[in-house]
Amino acid sequence: MSNGETPVPEIRVHPIKNGTVIDHITAGQALNVLNILNIPNAASGVISIIINAPSVHGIKDVVKIEGRELNVDEVDKISLISPKATINIIRNFEVSEKTHVHIPEIVGGVVKCINPNCISNSNEPVSSKFTVSTDGQRIVLRCLYCERIISEDIGNHLL
Amino acid sequence: MTFKDLHIISMKSFSRDMIDHILDTAEKLEPIASGKTKSDMLDGKVLAVMFFEPSTRTRMSFETAMMRLGGDVLSLGSVDASSIAKGETLADTIRVVQGYSNAIVLRHNKEGAAQLASEFSSVPIINAGDGAGHHPTQTFLDLYTIRRESHLEGLKIALAGDLKYGRTVHSLCYALSLYGAEITLISPKELRMPAEIIEDLRSRNIKVTETDSIEEAIADVDVLYATRIQKERFPDPAEYRKVANSLQITTELLEKAKPDLKVMHPLPRTNEIDPKVDDTPHACYFKQSFYGVPVRMALLALVMGALE
Repeated sequence: MSNGETPVPEIRVHPIKNGTVIDHITAGQALNVLNILNIPNAASGVISIIINAPSVHGIKDVVKIEGRELNVDEVDKISLISPKATINIIRNFEVSEKTHVHIPEIVGGVVKCINPNCISNSNEPVSSKFTVSTDGQRIVLRCLYCERIISEDIGNHLL
Repeated sequence: MTFKDLHIISMKSFSRDMIDHILDTAEKLEPIASGKTKSDMLDGKVLAVMFFEPSTRTRMSFETAMMRLGGDVLSLGSVDASSIAKGETLADTIRVVQGYSNAIVLRHNKEGAAQLASEFSSVPIINAGDGAGHHPTQTFLDLYTIRRESHLEGLKIALAGDLKYGRTVHSLCYALSLYGAEITLISPKELRMPAEIIEDLRSRNIKVTETDSIEEAIADVDVLYATRIQKERFPDPAEYRKVANSLQITTELLEKAKPDLKVMHPLPRTNEIDPKVDDTPHACYFKQSFYGVPVRMALLALVMGALE
């Protein structure tokens, strides 16, 4: 977990034997990541959260989850609120796989459109759908139905 | 290029070649639209007209277009007396109506309704306005009017009125950018064109100028496109009157214009255009309204496969 960064945050929590470490989460988004992963719930293993950890790129959040590997949908959602996050799969205390989150071109059923008059917010048998692009540092979502754009506080609009 | 079974949802999905083809087709159909010649091109075809909110002019224009081509029209009728009042979803309504028709014209109060309808329909959906979203057939008829009454190439156009909420002018600007038009935007500061649209136009190398004075702009343009300023946008009636009167088009104002300037308006108008303007060669808005018929005939004939 060093990655050439200041190692201060990592020594504050124990290493995990098996599970996932989500690193380089945009500072302040760790709680939204937990929301995406439906944590805590009855089946949660041990969760460690580090908020505002210093790193060479500024500050970041880190989430460590014992005994769980993430699925593609969960990773797609995390990419929307934290496009620079890395997913480290830990097996027997070793980093077995390390990937950057992938920003999908389209997300469905993940975010609620902010336009109250959008057809996707009515009682129709469809999920919300957004095209995903980046605007420098930000993720920009455009509703495929009403074309309304969401680029701020995406974490607040996650379904 | 084929239009058969194409959904007409938003102007953004049309290239300049596609637009030109639609306008060319409309021009060929104009004698039929005016009743000078007859056609049974769409004989045996049924157009379902589903208006979830009232828009008499647009509905009648589509119905006229279908009837002029020999087809039949099936109307949803009153929403209050339909299954929608019982809570049926739009998706289900569309799945039922597609079985009765060869194309569906949809007007709905929710943005994105036409897109949703297209996902459930095996017959073409034509968007006749979805909330504050798109109204592509209005843009096609605006372009057709400009081409017939003025010129699309090298056009200098001024758009005046409510440029903030007016969906017709937003779509028209995007379409005109395909033709390299010079655009002057005239509005009170409260109703300016959204900045992102202006940025988009400039990124397409379109010259865009903003002003709040119609007098400044009128001498240099080929087309003056006025839109209605909606009283309800202004909390203070006095502010509304001040703004509405400042953008009024009068015969005195038109003395400063080019002799072949055309004045357009999507109608209905309130006091944006003095009725005395109607009798001048500049007035183009009633012709514009008629041109909706050949344009919608072209779209219907193309998406139902009667023409290529």
